[in-house]
Amino acid sequence: MTAATMRPPASASAPAPDTAPPARRPRRGRGLFPAYLVLVVLALFAIGPLVALLFNAFKNNAQIGASPLTPPSSLSLTNFTEAWTRGDFAVTMKNSAILCVGTVAGTCVIAGMAAYALSHLRVPGGNGVLAYLFLGSSLPVQLFVVPLFFLWTELRLTDSLFGLMIIYWAVDAPFATLLLRSFLVKVPTDFVEAARLDGASDAQIARRVVLPLAWPGFLTVGLIAGLMAWNEFFWAITFIHDPSKRPISTSFLAFQDQHSTDWGLTSAAALFMLLPVVILFLALQRRFVAGLTSGGLK
Amino acid sequence: MTATSVPARPRAGARARGRPGRRGRLVGWLFLAPLLLLNGLVVIGPSVATVYYSLTDWSGLGPATFIGLDNYVRAFGDDKVHAALWHNTVWFVLFLSVPMAMGLLGAHLLSQVRRFQMLFRALYFIPYVVASVVNAAVWKMLLSPTSGLGHVLGIDQAWLGDPATSLLSVNFVVNWHWWGFLAVIFFAAMQGVDPQLYDAAKVDGANGWQRFRSVTLPGIRPTVVFILLMTVIWTLKAFDYIFIMTEGGPAGSSEVMATLMYKQAFNEYSAGYAAALGLSMTVVTAMVLAVYQILRKRGWET
Repeated sequence: MTAATMRPPASASAPAPDTAPPARRPRRGRGLFPAYLVLVVLALFAIGPLVALLFNAFKNNAQIGASPLTPPSSLSLTNFTEAWTRGDFAVTMKNSAILCVGTVAGTCVIAGMAAYALSHLRVPGGNGVLAYLFLGSSLPVQLFVVPLFFLWTELRLTDSLFGLMIIYWAVDAPFATLLLRSFLVKVPTDFVEAARLDGASDAQIARRVVLPLAWPGFLTVGLIAGLMAWNEFFWAITFIHDPSKRPISTSFLAFQDQHSTDWGLTSAAALFMLLPVVILFLALQRRFVAGLTSGGLK
Repeated sequence: MTATSVPARPRAGARARGRPGRRGRLVGWLFLAPLLLLNGLVVIGPSVATVYYSLTDWSGLGPATFIGLDNYVRAFGDDKVHAALWHNTVWFVLFLSVPMAMGLLGAHLLSQVRRFQMLFRALYFIPYVVASVVNAAVWKMLLSPTSGLGHVLGIDQAWLGDPATSLLSVNFVVNWHWWGFLAVIFFAAMQGVDPQLYDAAKVDGANGWQRFRSVTLPGIRPTVVFILLMTVIWTLKAFDYIFIMTEGGPAGSSEVMATLMYKQAFNEYSAGYAAALGLSMTVVTAMVLAVYQILRKRGWET
């Protein structure tokens, strides 16, 4: 798990000067030791704090105070059981699970339909819609959060998971539509034409022809929407104040404020929130990276 | 907002040969309807309302009184706004330079090695997928004077509780979770640079640094420029970590525009003033995008 166990290749005995005979990129073995050294240091910097969190979840406060960064002496699970009941994680995990499933399903349907229209149907002014989606996904939330909150209060949508879900759909959908569209334009129009000649309706074509070919796009969009719904903080803290309706992120924050001096307990609670994400990430790394970096790459 | 288009815009090609006639067009709009209706309800409607409310004295409850540009006049003279803008500026400089340098370094080294390449990439990326509340909790622990890193090293400093270091400490945490994401983006962009250019540079006797400067950087320039642009926007949005770790304190030492606006709206009952601040922030963002567009039109980006 940790990066500390990694060693540079055995042949890297000493850093070679830069005047080594030219080799094909990337160079191998000799001369790469400095590169690996820096990479390992960077990896320790990135992951070390999270490893410390894992360690501390198994310690009590006295042990953490004595040595905050060392591995635990025993694997006691008291912190976990206590955090689970005290922090009401059974409830908030369920809330977040509902939120995730609803957000993923809604985003896939809404963005899927829109992306299908923008790639396979003739929409007059479709380019305008596209331009708007680019713009709309970069509008700062500060522009609309204040009136939105009072609108939601009027509509009785505050303190409701469904109300929060609607916001997630609206905020996620523009980005998701653009991403899905890039997958859908690769579906050959000949397939669609052929299905149409066979007398299939638009809905049937979307479901039977386009969807099966574009499912990797949907998987990516679903992952990103789910990750956002699980991790999201700003909308959740603004729109949900009832402790029994809180998703895991804001309830964890409240829990941490309450037990701010008990690092063992809060570390265990943090792991409830972190482990599902990290496990999923390690399992589906490529898709995560592809989805999350799609905005920054041409 | 301005009517600028945004980078990375795909060509609006791939014209679908949809069903001709009015019915086909109607179906297209029907498919778009849920997205547009939702967006209208959540984003567009309230955004337009913000323009109106920014010209009113409004507590958020009850009626809003029209007061013209008073909110903007107040913002110009507000010491809290000046302090927040200064903090945003400090934030911007650090948030731009540190993760960018680390990201480029990480990406460059990743492209030099073969073994463990994907493992390193995953490790760098993990902090980015972890929730802000969890990352903040980890660093509250590590930065605490009683049980953190400083404690191990014998430095007795309340990083988050001291006005002199609060903003810098939160910024450090944000940079820590952010640079790996940039490293992965730059690394992906570097894969697209033509290897022959490196060979040619080698033949010309360029050393490692020269190759990086004259082949790698120009090769990934569009990506770098795009990240620069987004960094401006993200800087103005900076909220989560500050709100979680210091709530803008102590004594306003880490207050930025977004946290200031949030407090005005939801703690101080000055929703009208908050709307004016929010709109001003959006205008600044729009101006940055507009400048970028102008530069792009002149062929500066590619």
